[in-house]
Amino acid sequence: MSFDALDTWWWPYLFILIAGAVTTDSWRFLGVWLGGKVSEESDAMVFVRCVATALVAAVIAGLIVSPAGALAATPLAVRIGSAAGGFVAYLAAGKRVLVGVVACEVILVGWMLLFPIESAA
Amino acid sequence: MSTARPSSPNQPDSALRWFLRGATNLFSVPALILSTSFVGFAALAMEAGITQAQAVFMTLVIWALPAKVVLVGAILAGSGLFGAGFAVALSSIRLTPMVVALVPELRTAGGRRWVLYALSHFVAVTSWVIAMAHVREVPRDMRTAWYLGVGGTLTVANAVVVAVVYQIAPHMPAAVSAALFMLTPMYFLTSLWGSARERATHVAMAAGLLLGPFFAWLSPQFSLMLSGLVGGSAAFLWHRTRGRRA
Repeated sequence: MSFDALDTWWWPYLFILIAGAVTTDSWRFLGVWLGGKVSEESDAMVFVRCVATALVAAVIAGLIVSPAGALAATPLAVRIGSAAGGFVAYLAAGKRVLVGVVACEVILVGWMLLFPIESAA
Repeated sequence: MSTARPSSPNQPDSALRWFLRGATNLFSVPALILSTSFVGFAALAMEAGITQAQAVFMTLVIWALPAKVVLVGAILAGSGLFGAGFAVALSSIRLTPMVVALVPELRTAGGRRWVLYALSHFVAVTSWVIAMAHVREVPRDMRTAWYLGVGGTLTVANAVVVAVVYQIAPHMPAAVSAALFMLTPMYFLTSLWGSARERATHVAMAAGLLLGPFFAWLSPQFSLMLSGLVGGSAAFLWHRTRGRRA
């Protein structure tokens, strides 16, 4: 049953609730229930953090390697280059997220000013 | 109750005051950056054919941005309810240790349990980072009111951001929307690195970045789960043999 499987107004909302809300709030509620009972430092928690982090990192890579919309009109090397440049700037600035984001956007926008992308659609 | 304070008659006032103080975090740098990545998210959701009302609904009921981006990715890939739910669940496991760390700070001796369950909904990377940094500056019995101010207003404000982007995005030049699409990955790349508690998390991140595109090519449907499990296990093994603290 995919997101657009049923042609009714309520199905997408039910889909979001089950696939999105139940699946996130369950982990939060589990956290309240466990609160204080489980050590953050335990191996189980480290493993959980590793799996979740690797998964989110895969999502990030996907957004850069095969992006949606107008960003897809830019070369892969420019996207990877601006992300890498932003990350280096972030580290150099003492892990300031804002610096990393701005540096990345400066590289990307600078490239698009030099080599304008075609208007999509 | 034997430690009741003399100020308890003004408690509602005081709770409101701390709620508002929490709400002022809306104007902090992390909150500003989060809003720009919600601009990016709204652009992504729009591209995926999700309606304005659905995107606002997602923001309110899911809240955590990685979970929403994973859900939109699953919708784009045409995943079924189970596949999409499983990918979102796997990407959200990290909420549990975050809540586990926050709950002891919010708990009071006579506090009601349901308040903590309700407040936990607002836990996502940004509000959690703000809370962990400042919660100790708040008197213990005012912390739940304060955190409602931090998390609740952040959630509602970003739902408004999403709604507004849907109105103005169709009129944006291609270069502007391309720049917006880059905000979300860049925000995650840096904030995820910064929130790591042990070096194994950094290893997991690097593994996920490399494995993601590989598994997307090998098996698009299961790429997120495979990247999470394989990359996460590898990082954990590394942690057991060499790692320890960041």
